[in-house]
Amino acid sequence: MEAQELPCVLIDCIGGKHGVYEDHAEFLKERFCLITMKEYLENKNFLGKKIRAIYMWYHKPVINEELLQSLPNLKIVASSGVGIDHLDLSLLSSYGVKVSNTPFIVSTDTADLGMALMLASSRRLVEGHQMAISPDTEYFPADWLGAEVSGATLGIIGMGTIGYKVAERAKAFEMKILYHNRKQRNKEEERAVGATYCKKIDDLLQQADFVMLVVNLTPQTHKLIGKRELQLMKPTAILINISRGLVVDQDALVEALQNKVIKAAALDVTYPEPLPRDHPLLKLKNVIITPHIGSATVKTRHLMKENMTESIQAGLAGLPIPNEVLL
Amino acid sequence: MTQSLIFVQRKAIRAVGDDESSGCSVSLNTLTFVSTCSRPIMKGEELPGLLVNEIGGMHGILHDHVEFLKKHFCLITMKEFLENKKNMSKKVQAVYLWWHKPVIDKDLLQSLPNLKVIANSGVGMDHLDLKLVASFGVKMANAPCAVSSSTADTGMALLLASARRLVEGYHVAVSPGMEYCEADFLGVEVTGATLGIIGMGSIGYKIALRAKAFEMKILYHNRTRRKEQEEQAVGALYCEKIDDLLCQADFVMVVVSLTPQTHKLIGKREMELMKPTATLINISRGAVVDQEALVIALRSGVIRAAALDVTYPEPLPRDHPLLKLKNVIITPHLGIKTDKATRMITEEAVENILAALAGLPMPSEVHPS
Repeated sequence: MEAQELPCVLIDCIGGKHGVYEDHAEFLKERFCLITMKEYLENKNFLGKKIRAIYMWYHKPVINEELLQSLPNLKIVASSGVGIDHLDLSLLSSYGVKVSNTPFIVSTDTADLGMALMLASSRRLVEGHQMAISPDTEYFPADWLGAEVSGATLGIIGMGTIGYKVAERAKAFEMKILYHNRKQRNKEEERAVGATYCKKIDDLLQQADFVMLVVNLTPQTHKLIGKRELQLMKPTAILINISRGLVVDQDALVEALQNKVIKAAALDVTYPEPLPRDHPLLKLKNVIITPHIGSATVKTRHLMKENMTESIQAGLAGLPIPNEVLL
Repeated sequence: MTQSLIFVQRKAIRAVGDDESSGCSVSLNTLTFVSTCSRPIMKGEELPGLLVNEIGGMHGILHDHVEFLKKHFCLITMKEFLENKKNMSKKVQAVYLWWHKPVIDKDLLQSLPNLKVIANSGVGMDHLDLKLVASFGVKMANAPCAVSSSTADTGMALLLASARRLVEGYHVAVSPGMEYCEADFLGVEVTGATLGIIGMGSIGYKIALRAKAFEMKILYHNRTRRKEQEEQAVGALYCEKIDDLLCQADFVMVVVSLTPQTHKLIGKREMELMKPTATLINISRGAVVDQEALVIALRSGVIRAAALDVTYPEPLPRDHPLLKLKNVIITPHLGIKTDKATRMITEEAVENILAALAGLPMPSEVHPS
């Protein structure tokens, strides 16, 4: 049968809450023989040898040593999104398995969401919406106010591709832009967005009205924002996190918000995701949480699927892999 | 009714003549009226009377602004005025409207013989009968400068929140019963999409400046076309016919004044011209959109979603269908509701009032069209 000539690719499942989208599956089936985890587990001995690639959609299927040992012909893992902190790169490398992600296509959507969270938080959009539709609302009080974004100071921590796109957008709101990064950007790049480099993160924290986290999660950025950093921030400042939950010390954040050390927070990412339903962050009025939707648009997800397909095809053909993640 | 006591604190006042060598004179800035100004403290030193609806409360002057206003004016609330019309009516030289109150009608105008100017907080003047006011020889001013950035920010906030389903997402993230998964919760892209701005005044233009940074393609429809340099600066294309804008836009943002011509500007016909994937954002006035037609359009998928900072009335009745639709975000007229914008509005109003009272040109006088 023709289908058997297509290379076999392992996926978690199709459809449902966690699976590859039905319409994406159609596209993939034209190029690959898709094997779901369920099918694989039911027929490990036969299918294990056939699987040559894993299409990892939102961190599933989970890859551990046991799985790697049962897939002797696995050549490549294509992971959706840009973050790779969920993968054990050394382990995969030790099995001779290559890895790819989808770095650049997520940048504009994620920058857009950062801006959306900053605007929503400062103007109290979610609270406002609740007031507008609440059965108890009789009038809108005149002294119910938010804080202005235009002309305020934005501190961007992590000025990579996404951070820079945030700066480009913020500039149009006449914001004053400070940034902290491992390396300073060149003069033209800084001038183009009117950004001032803060070699010391403290300088940024003390001046910013909005602090936006746009770093990768690495051992160095783990709990980068803790009690000390929160206390350096202005009491009128808002923290926005579109990087990874673990970049922030969540317990310290809860305390800071409860004690009005900072004004508010807007988080697209937490640790874990989702938070336990009794977590204090869920109850604070001055917190907006979104369910990790940084790259969640129809168009970007299509682009991810296409990128991942390209990477797998290149990997299986022994060609240079687009978006390969190197150790 | 009791006469309120006047308590006046004087800080370093010297009467003229006390100390000729230093040339000191009475400084009005050092007078602090704590209570009502039922009678002047010194002949010729009375600050002009400024009528306001109330202080604090639903439509009242913000408490934070009172001190600043009292530097220049003798504040008279509607309650004080009504309780003591005989004495107060001649004192009122200006009215400062906050959230459209107090209501200016013929009766009020007739009872304020010395009224020279009405200053409006905000830019919209649709709640005022401009011709009536002008017929009493009273000048009017709005506050355009303070309003534009803040309102443009509100427009962008609503556009982004709607496109990325921020409010829905919040509920998924915090609600106890919600089934959660990041992978299948999708919104629509903002970067690179087409924005159609209906009404390209100062607020509309600021929206264009912001949208350009999101690499949006910008179309606009306006009574008059903007200058070429202005269009080029934001990459905006003029659509003489509103239909052309409606057919192409992924986001339609309504930023017009409410006039008889813009009443129900966006109705069934206009919504049907829009793409089924399009979002309508209204930051102008509720009455610019045909609300019943909007409910039908949203329910039947004629358009994807709507985000409304303004409705008719505000707030909507609690059983209104718009409150129940999942693809609608409604905000409580956030437009200028920031500390900064409200402060600037009051400063702009005071500038206009003082200019009018001194017979000087007003920074933002509004004439009946």
